[in-house]
Order: sequence, then C-alpha cells, then structure tokens
Amino acid sequence: MSNSTQTTIEKVNATLERRYAKERRFRKMGIAAIAIGLLFVVLLFVSIISKGHSAFWQTHIKLDIEFSAELLDIGDRRDIETLSTANYAALTKASLKAIFPEVDQRKGRRMLYKMISIGAPYLLREMVINDPTLIGSHQTVWLPADDDIDMLVKEQTDRNLPESSRRLNDKVIGWVDQLMARGAVEKLFNTTFFTAGDSREPELAGIGGAITGSLYTLLVALLLAFPIGVATAIYLEEFAPTNRWTDMIEVNINNLAAVPSIVFGLLGLALFINLAGLPRSAPLVGGLVLTLMTLPTIIIASRAALKSVPPSIREAAMGIGASKMQTIFHHVLPLAMPGMLTGTIIGMAQALGETAPLLMIGMVAFVVDIPGGPLDPSTVLPVQIFLWADSPERAFLERTSAAIMVLLAFLIFMNLIAVLLRKRFEQQR
Amino acid sequence: MQSTTLILILLAVMAVAFQLGRRRAFNLPGLSSIRELHSLPIYHGFYAAIWCGIPALLALALWSSFQTPIISQLLMNNLPATLTAGLSEAELGLLLNDIRNLAAGNITSGDISDELVTAADHYNHLQQVGFSSQTGVVFILTLLGATLGWRFISPELRARNKVERLLRWLLLISSTIAILCTAGIIFSVLFESVRFFEMIPLTDFIFGLQWSPQIAIRADQVGSSGAFGAIPLFTGTLLISLIAMLVAVPIGLMAAIYLSEYASPQLRTYAKPLLEILAGIPTVVYGFFAALTVAPMIRNSAAQFGVDASSESALAAGLVMGVMLIPFISSLSDDVINAVPQAMRDASYGLGATRSETILQVVIPAALPGIVGSILLAASRAIGETMIVVMAAGLSANLTANPLDSVTTVTVQIVTLLVGDQEFDSPKTLAAFALGLLLFLITLVLNVVALRVVRKYREAYE
Repeated sequence: MSNSTQTTIEKVNATLERRYAKERRFRKMGIAAIAIGLLFVVLLFVSIISKGHSAFWQTHIKLDIEFSAELLDIGDRRDIETLSTANYAALTKASLKAIFPEVDQRKGRRMLYKMISIGAPYLLREMVINDPTLIGSHQTVWLPADDDIDMLVKEQTDRNLPESSRRLNDKVIGWVDQLMARGAVEKLFNTTFFTAGDSREPELAGIGGAITGSLYTLLVALLLAFPIGVATAIYLEEFAPTNRWTDMIEVNINNLAAVPSIVFGLLGLALFINLAGLPRSAPLVGGLVLTLMTLPTIIIASRAALKSVPPSIREAAMGIGASKMQTIFHHVLPLAMPGMLTGTIIGMAQALGETAPLLMIGMVAFVVDIPGGPLDPSTVLPVQIFLWADSPERAFLERTSAAIMVLLAFLIFMNLIAVLLRKRFEQQR
Repeated sequence: MQSTTLILILLAVMAVAFQLGRRRAFNLPGLSSIRELHSLPIYHGFYAAIWCGIPALLALALWSSFQTPIISQLLMNNLPATLTAGLSEAELGLLLNDIRNLAAGNITSGDISDELVTAADHYNHLQQVGFSSQTGVVFILTLLGATLGWRFISPELRARNKVERLLRWLLLISSTIAILCTAGIIFSVLFESVRFFEMIPLTDFIFGLQWSPQIAIRADQVGSSGAFGAIPLFTGTLLISLIAMLVAVPIGLMAAIYLSEYASPQLRTYAKPLLEILAGIPTVVYGFFAALTVAPMIRNSAAQFGVDASSESALAAGLVMGVMLIPFISSLSDDVINAVPQAMRDASYGLGATRSETILQVVIPAALPGIVGSILLAASRAIGETMIVVMAAGLSANLTANPLDSVTTVTVQIVTLLVGDQEFDSPKTLAAFALGLLLFLITLVLNVVALRVVRKYREAYE
C-alpha cells in the first residue's frame, strides 16, 4: 500500500491539479453556454435584418407619361365617374412603347408591360382624380416596378442561372439594364409597405392593414384587461377573506398563466364565435381572447405592485379617518400605478406577438382593406407574417422579414417604456 | 350601432346626474353647514349617477340579449305557410338569414319573392318597434332612477358606504372572471370533445396508431373512414419537445449557474437581459427562422453526409424551440440557485472544495427540486407551443423517432383542422377540441406539479 506512506496534505496536493483543471473546464462550459445563448440572439437578428432591410426600398421606374384624353378614352368629360373608370393602363403602355419602339411582337409587348406593377394605373388614376388639370400634360412619374424586376435590381435574383430556370428571360433583363443605364431605375423609399393592406402582388402589399388590425385588437384587450386586472388585484390583495373561494381564484390565475395559447383560441372559437355569434376575423373577438390571455400577467404584476406599497401609507391614511376604499383609491393605487402599468405594457407586448389563438378565430383571412373599426374583418401583424412566410414569391421573403423587423421594433419600444417606468418608479422609493 | 349610441347617451346622462347630485348635497334645504352631511358631496354625486345609470344599463343589456331571438320567433310565426312548408330547421335558419339580408339591403342567396319582401318589411318593422320600445324603457328607467336618487339625497344619507359597497361588489365580480375563464375553457373544450367521443370511441382515439382526419365526401374514396388515433401526434410532440429540452436544459442551466455563481455584476446586468430578449421574441418569428433558415441548413448539411433529411425535419423545429426555452430555464433556475443559503456554500468552501465541486455537490442538489420544477414548466411550454411547429414541422403523422424525419404535433393538427371553414358536426372539426382537451389536461398536470414542487422547495429555505 503506497498510499499509507503519504500524509493527507500530500494526497490532497496530488489531486489538486486535476481538480483545478476540472474547475476551469466547468467555468468554460458556463461561458460557452452564455456565449451560445447570445450567439443565437445575434444570429436571429442578423438573419432577419439582412433579409428584411431591402424591403424598405422599392424599385421604381421613371416613365414619361402623356396624360392624353385620347388614350384615356374619356373625350371631354371630366366628372369623377369617368375619371375613375378611364383606361390608365394605356398611358403606361404608351410610355413604355415609346422607350422601346423596337419591341413590336405581341408576346414581347406583354413582357414589356409586365415590367411595371399592375398597381401603377391606380396610382395614375389617383393623381388625375386629385388634379384633373393634369390631363393633356406631360409628366415624369416614378412608378413601382413589378416584383420580379425589383428582385433583379436588388440582386436577389441570380442572373447567371440558365434562362429556363429564371423568372425573367434575357430580353427583359436587357431592357432593365438599358433603363438602368439611362438612370430611369431607382430604389425609392417603400411607403406602400407601411400604408397598404395585403395584396397578392408583393410590390403592392403592405402592413398598414395588419398594423391597424393589431391596434384595434390591442385597444380592445387593453380597455378590458387593464380595469379587470387591476380590480381583481385590488380585491385579492386588499379585500379577499382567506377562504377556499379566494384560494381557488389564486390557483386559477396561476394556472391560466401557463395554459397553452392555442387553448384560448379554442375557447374563443367555441364561446365567442359559435355561442355568442360574434363575427369571425374581427378585432373585437381577437381582443376578447387576448384579454383572457393577458389577464394573469396583469393581475400578478398588479398584486406585486400593491404589495410593495409600504404599510405606513395605509396606516397614515386610515389614521386621519379615510375609509378603506378611500385609502386604496386615493393613496395606495397612485403609488402602485407605475408597477401596474409596467405589467400591463408587458402583457400587451405579449398580446401583440401572439399568433396561435388568432388563427383559431379566423384572423388569418386575406384582407385587402384597412379595417375601419373593431368589427371589420382584419388580420394582425404576427398573422400577416405567418401568411407571408408561406408565399412562394421571393419578394415576399424580404417583406416578411421587414414585417418582423417592424413587429420587433414595436415590442422593443414597448418593453423599453416598461423598463423606464420601472426605473423611475424605483428611484422614487 | 344603435345600442352604442344609447350607451354613450346614458354615460353622458350619468355625468349630468353626478353633477346634479353633488350640487344638491351642497344646497340641501335645511342644511346650515356642510359638516352636517354624513358623506362628502362627491359621494352624493356618485350615488345619483348610479341610480340614474345602472338600472337603465342593466335593462339595456338584458333587452339586447333577448331582442334577436324574440323577433326571430315573432317573424317565424307570421311567415306565410307557403314559405315555411316542409322546411327543416337548418333551411328555416337560411330563410331567416335571407330575410335579414333583404331587410338590411344586402345580397340574398335565392330569388326574391313577394312573400320574402313582405317578411323583410315585417322584420324591419319589428326591429323598429323593438328599438323604440327599448329606448323608451331605458329612458323611463333613467328618469325614474334619477328621481329616486334625487329624493334619497339627504344629510343623513350614508352615500359613501353605499357607493363603496357597490364598488366592492364590482371588484369581487372582476376577480371571478379568472374562474369563469377557466370554466369556459373546460366546458367549451369538454362539450365538443364529448360530441367527438360519441362518434369516435375514446380507446380508438387514445390508443390508435393511425391519424388521417380526412373524411371522404364519397363513400368509395380512399381512406373514407378517417382515422383518429392520437398516438402518432403525441410521439411527434414528444420528439420535438425532447429535442427542444436537450438544447434548452444544458445551455439554460449552465448559463444560470455561471450567471449566479461566477459572473461579475457587470456581466450579469448585461448578459441576463440580453438572454431574456429570446423570451420576448414572438413565436411566429422563431417559426419563420426555423422554416426558412434552420431547416434548409439542416437539410443541406445532412445531404453533405449523404443522409436524407426532410425539409420539415423535427430537428429544425426542436432546435429553434430549444433556443426559445433557454431564457425560460435560465431565469427560473437562476432564481432557485440564488435562493440556496450562502451558509451552505461557505461550509463547503470551508471543507476545501473548489467552486465547481461546491456547485455540483452542494448547490445543485439543494436547488434540485426548483430546477426540476423549472424544467417541467419549460416542458409544458414546449408541448403547447404552436407557431414554431405549425411553420417548421410537417403535417403527415409519421410514427418515427428519427429527428431528420417529418413529424406532426398536437398543436399543428388543431390549427390545420380549425383554420378555414368548418362544420361543427363533423368529427374532423370536433377532433381538434378533443386534442385541445388532452393538451389542456397534460399541461395543467405538468404545471400543477411544477408549481407545487417549486413552492415546497421555496418554503424549505425561507
């Protein structure tokens, strides 16, 4: 037994090296874990921003448009009805024909006309309706290009692929190059993306409708969830007697916070749509479902805020003769309000990003119009992302990423407000 | 729309009543000093407003919920027999819908006959009468309430107590909404599930190995029966959740250990919120990331090794879900690790243990129940997660354990069964509710167990 000759300290010293190595390994594993976590954050943001940033610019083509009454086929009439049904596509066609007079076959012409977005005539119509004196004049107009051209100009289409596996053939690419050499192609800020509703044409599709839908949905959720949540918190924290009923409410709230969101969707479908007969795809129903989902968050945060108000405040108010209700509403609630608002904002941020329950209640509809109220069919921002993510067009890929960027910007903004509110609140204490 | 206007008018009237009640409290006849009032005048204002508005609002709510069925009934009774003869219940409903559309000036489904036009006129007339009498009742109740409130106001009136009592009732009612919500979930899901199990036996559902919910329209179509065996869905869910947990648990736990035991305060203040960004990102974004970035990456790298991977592999969905769960595990574990008393660490250091030995042999065993609780909570999240799997996992119910294969999950099936038009008497639609019920029960059990474990553990060290 060689060990018997060693003293204890020698035994310990003999293993020290190994133990220290183990310690260093363990530490490195910890650092690696954090690094991997942060790497994922970076990867996610880089992947989305690199894909999405280009969607904020849309390729436009400069055209010389002659607003001739003859082409529009309206004669001398200038009333709104005639103006809104006139043939504006003829204007862009004539202008394109003037730039490329060598194209004379039918097929070639059709390819030529397709370079401009099919939404362009509507833009011209709007111009003319706003200012009928344009008729008869020459104007230089920047019109949105078709999404395939847009992808080509943004270099997201590979020119080196064989012609048969490209969406654009060599002829069209040649025309685009000619236009570019002339300075008639430019990427302009994509306002359509922020103002328009959904569309099958990527260059006409926007998140305006989805943002409005999200706004109405959140408004309904906020108007219901905040008062109910705060009232529940006040009751449970200040009035509730300790009995089984109160216990049940508390257990319930904790469990509701962990119910999968899709189950809330099932509830909304069965209760609000089937039983109560509310319209499908309406922000009102979406708001109701999200109210139930965010209630636990708001209640838990509000209770914590009420708990953190020092008892001396209550005692002082009671001491000068305020009733319990007066104490709570005049003294405790104002002090707890920042905490409650923080919880509410965080709850609303969750609601803004929520998708699954809204799929159940039919908010996945293809909605072109911008909703005008909480009962109009509409979709919300995350659902719009879900819908676009499925679209085969390449141009929708960058728009999906851009919509995600907008959604994340909203969420970061909301969380920032919550953090600032909490900071200010802590300073006051 | 009309009731919205009515409510707005009522609110305005309540505001007026509030002012009047307050004024009256100040100027009560025989009041020599404001001190003789039992309550502050503002409470008399609230009192008057409540009397003026609440009965009217209640009546309005009741009336609105009963008006439509009553009018439909009246209309049905007055329809000429030529229209209703030999129609089933569903067809009657359609007819009623036509009449309503005609009355509102919308497009109707069938031809417009004279009887239909008469019925529509009758319907409009009934609506008109209903609305006018509703307005009348609300108006009378408002006036009556206002007079009563006005007469009740006196120096002795305990207005504050009465207003506060009502307020307290309102608070109590709000707090029961949480319970009502749970009850709503259970009943709505249970009710439809029971209808489903009347058509498909429970044992077929729970033990069946085949899932193909398509029910053929023609009898001779392939797979016409439809199979509702949930086993493939649950194995798929478990496979994806398992992959997610294999990613999230080691990374989350190590991150929590490092942040709570080793990290400097500066690193902690920056790294923790940065990691928690992952928890705040909407799941639809993760889904997009999984479907369009991770899945192709996995397919390509599998192809490099000569392995065939599905473009909707379970691995992609599981991997991204794991990333989503990292902050969930790390922040919950961080809390429980911090709750372990410093004395236990000091004792271990005193015996000559290194930090990692202390962590692995003292801190983690002490924090184990809490960590297990947080893992269970994360698992219930993974099972109930929807958007990532809807976007990145497949639709075909394969019974496989190969992570490169495409599997489907419970939540994916619920979404596919319920998105779009549904009929509420086909087992295909009802199956979604049965799946929802199972999902609800599983996550409920996981949560209750996890919360109990965490709470027990917290009590042990407090």
